[in-house]
Amino acid sequence: MIDLTPRPGAAPRSQAVWAHARTEAMLLLRNGEQLLLALVIPVAVLLGGRFLGARYGFEFDQVAPSVLGLAIFSSAFTSTAIATGFERRYGVLERLAATPLRRSGLVMGKAISVLLVMAGQLVLLVALALVLGWRPVAGASQWAVVLVTAVACTVAFVALALALAGTLRAELTLALANLLHLVVAAGGALLIGVERHPEPWGTIVAFTPSAALGEALRATSAHHVTLLSLPVALIWALGGVLLARKAFRWTS
Amino acid sequence: MPDHPALLVEDAAVSFGTTVALDGLDLRAERGQVTALLGPNGAGKTTLIRACTGLLDLDRGRISLFGLPPGHPDVLPRVGLMPQSTGAWSGITAAELLSHLSKLYSHPLDVAALMDELQVTTYARTPYRRLSGGQQQAVNLAGALVGRPEMVVLDEPTSGMDPHARRRTWRLVERLREAGLAVLLTTHAMDEAQALADTVHIVDRGRVVLSGSVAELTDEHSLEELFLAHTSGDT
Repeated sequence: MIDLTPRPGAAPRSQAVWAHARTEAMLLLRNGEQLLLALVIPVAVLLGGRFLGARYGFEFDQVAPSVLGLAIFSSAFTSTAIATGFERRYGVLERLAATPLRRSGLVMGKAISVLLVMAGQLVLLVALALVLGWRPVAGASQWAVVLVTAVACTVAFVALALALAGTLRAELTLALANLLHLVVAAGGALLIGVERHPEPWGTIVAFTPSAALGEALRATSAHHVTLLSLPVALIWALGGVLLARKAFRWTS
Repeated sequence: MPDHPALLVEDAAVSFGTTVALDGLDLRAERGQVTALLGPNGAGKTTLIRACTGLLDLDRGRISLFGLPPGHPDVLPRVGLMPQSTGAWSGITAAELLSHLSKLYSHPLDVAALMDELQVTTYARTPYRRLSGGQQQAVNLAGALVGRPEMVVLDEPTSGMDPHARRRTWRLVERLREAGLAVLLTTHAMDEAQALADTVHIVDRGRVVLSGSVAELTDEHSLEELFLAHTSGDT
């Protein structure tokens, strides 16, 4: 018989957060729908862009970096919103918030799991894009813009996903997150450059985080620097975090 | 600090809009005792548990666990929570969930031994969503114990369990009491409260309407008669 004598204590913070990150990443990769969003769709767009894109006016040096933006959006926003919506519905958040992991550890673990999955996605997609012929030419300053914009946009997307999942019912979050995935990919300047959107939408969309990320990434195939991406991404990150902090509810 | 009760709730009040969930509730749970909360649906039991874990703030009153406020980093490892429903990712297996929870504590129970004890081992590799209600409850109970807490909150621990699993859970609750844990138990089952509880609190509309030991309360009436007389369910 096991010894039930109390011996309570919290594990080291890093161990608990890392355990949570690994569990979330494992569950995400095991989920077929999430895997479709994370890898299958981006790979299909990449292959389509390489072999069919030019026929429809999409150059591969623009498609390839755009797909990286789509992958970041799918992990940071769509997958996070869906997974968190169901975690809230199933009482996972409520249960884990009452353990030594605490709410802050849960959010940190979730963020690390998103970064782990995203890193895996980007390594695979960049490798495939290079094999298919993508040759980025940007200088160091544009790569710096890409790095800061990507981090800020990831924060913004995760925060907006949490605001959505922490407010609406899980089924509604699922439907809305998938719908937004399509809308943002097609009309949010994530896959298609801002300049190809009709006015006045083209002007408006330039100030969205998806456009900031898409434009910054596409500029790696050119020789210019997209400075507008930085303030747009940073403002959305700040606004998203404030919104999530205010709107998120741990229980359903 | 041993002089503090495991749980002390004083004049706790919470409202959601015009709905009053807790209305001046008082409660005390001690180490080495099973404290049962009996109440109809909507009596405020789940709200009280959420307030005890720090997920809900009180509008009025005070809750302390071992002398500290709910949600305090030094309190959370000392309290094991068994949620009433689910509380797990749908695709995780029992073994993975318990292994995950064990990594959050400094001196967890051995997961394999715990699963053996609660007879979870036979379905340890089955995704949580495919488990029966009673099996899910057994996993949740194991999750509440894995961190070796000083207090456990068991929210309707035997609902959905077959009679064998139910009796096994009762014996485990008795062992928890003998090991010196404070056990806070919510239940609809009068026989469960009667068999396990040292102290029973009947809760209705967010406040305790009757308290006492099982022997005191059942001197003239059965627990069920008292429950029906003092609560305002649909019956």
